[in-house]
Amino acid sequence: MTALEKNPRIWGLLAQYENPSTIFTACEKVRDAGYEKWDSCTPFPVHGLEKAMGCKPSKIPWIVLCVGLCGSTFMLWFESFAMGNLYPMVVGGKPLFSLPAFVPIWYEITVLSSCLTAFFANWILSGLPQPNHPAFNSKAFERVTDDKFFIMIESEDPKFDIEQTRALLQSTGATLVEELPS
Amino acid sequence: MSAHAPSKPTDINIPAGSLWTKMPVIGGVLAVVGLGSVLGMAGGEHRARAMFSYLFAFEIFLGLALAALGFLLIDTVARAGWSVVIRRIAETMAATLPLFAILFLPIVTIGYHELYPWTHEHDTVLERKRWFLSDGFFMGRAVFYFVVWTMLSLVMYRSSLAQDATTDEGARNARVRKLWAFAAPGIILYALTQSFAAIDWMMSLMPHWYSTIFGVYFFAASVQAYFAFMALVVMALQRAGVLKDAVTSEHFHDLGKYTFGFTIFWAYIAFSQFVLIWYANIPEETEFYVMRMHGGWGAISYALPVLHFFVPFFFLLSRHVKRKRTGLALGASYVLFMYLVDFYWLILPNFKVEGQPETHFHLVWTDVMALVGMGGAFFALFSFLLARNKVIAINDPRLEESLVHENY
Repeated sequence: MTALEKNPRIWGLLAQYENPSTIFTACEKVRDAGYEKWDSCTPFPVHGLEKAMGCKPSKIPWIVLCVGLCGSTFMLWFESFAMGNLYPMVVGGKPLFSLPAFVPIWYEITVLSSCLTAFFANWILSGLPQPNHPAFNSKAFERVTDDKFFIMIESEDPKFDIEQTRALLQSTGATLVEELPS
Repeated sequence: MSAHAPSKPTDINIPAGSLWTKMPVIGGVLAVVGLGSVLGMAGGEHRARAMFSYLFAFEIFLGLALAALGFLLIDTVARAGWSVVIRRIAETMAATLPLFAILFLPIVTIGYHELYPWTHEHDTVLERKRWFLSDGFFMGRAVFYFVVWTMLSLVMYRSSLAQDATTDEGARNARVRKLWAFAAPGIILYALTQSFAAIDWMMSLMPHWYSTIFGVYFFAASVQAYFAFMALVVMALQRAGVLKDAVTSEHFHDLGKYTFGFTIFWAYIAFSQFVLIWYANIPEETEFYVMRMHGGWGAISYALPVLHFFVPFFFLLSRHVKRKRTGLALGASYVLFMYLVDFYWLILPNFKVEGQPETHFHLVWTDVMALVGMGGAFFALFSFLLARNKVIAINDPRLEESLVHENY
């Protein structure tokens, strides 16, 4: 027997549910059991599931606000510096520092920096790009984009115990509980 | 997400004895006192100033009622489900539009020459514009606007009321489909009439000046104020014991988002108008801003971008503010106040005292009385219609969708 077979390392447990309301109550039970490293996957957005999972409010709004304000300030400085110092040029008889003329670009850069930040912050905080995932080893999991709902609990979770966790998932109405090899 | 289908709300009639049932009388008294005193003033030597107050108050409430109509048409075409719980309130607001046809009469009788210089002034530019700015065509257009608005709002309102009595599902769905087909061309008529009405009644106060975006400016400002106004009206109704569970933080969140969105839209339109005029620097166009830079108006001109855009923008930015009643009520009241300031700034600088080269910012009591009177007239009819019927479209096929509506 190899070391791996004696002590098979698993990535976590995968539980399958049939409809949104069972996964909803299941998430509440897993949350109340005190698990931290776990996730749920559904074929379509289930309203309020993030509350049932006990997710903390996203940090993205704050990141977007900070970067947006920085981009905004930078652009206003850059425009006045470029027009006033680097390439001083009189356009249409207006003063070198003409705020109204700067506003469109100022505004666009604020929007652009905010949007790009929201887009990439979402990727980074979600751990994307992620070409492979242990759940992809499960045949049952293929139906997550079709008509099945899943909860997976990672073995790295401090509360994880293969028997107890399996019992918990089965008690929440899972139609299938699988071990996911790492 | 709730596990079971929501039950239909039962607190759908304004309870007897609430302030809303007394409002038709209170509003009527306020209208008679307010508008009576303004029009009485207009009979004396301060006719022009009193009529400017009157026009200001008229445009404020006309803007709110018109925006309600626009909201209904757009929601109908977009097949929006979330707004069904507040749709009857919007329909009732829009159904006050025929009243404005009556309230418009003093403007074209008592105040006609005092308000609109093109009715009696003559020069080359005005002669060229005469085909458009002539008594007959001006009156004809006004009649056309009111006919269109009355038709659009009453069709929406009546159809919604008729639905309250039908329980047959096929008939209800047929009604929804009929309104889709009605609202789509309705939007075109609405957009043209409200834009031309703004040009006729507000822009022609300054007949030499022109801005092709002016109709959109009126739309942006009034729709922004409308969503703030709607949030406050719904809160007041809930205090009176109506729709307590039907309208949730989710709906208030959406009203707040609309207020926030149209705050940006207003700034976008206002700035677009300004930057083109500023850049081209042609005297016939800059006249509008030049005259708003003197005589006390300059402070308001500089304050508008800050107080009408930056302050509400940052205040309403957070979702927590929009979802809390106190936060939204504060933001909405502020936005409504800035709506008054904005329209005051648009209309009042056109009041000229004879012999003085420039106009002066000078608040007079008729401004307040006109607002009180016009508001009284609006609320009298609004609360009268609201109390007569259910405050929610109880048989709408999408009511359930609206009751469980959630934002992500």
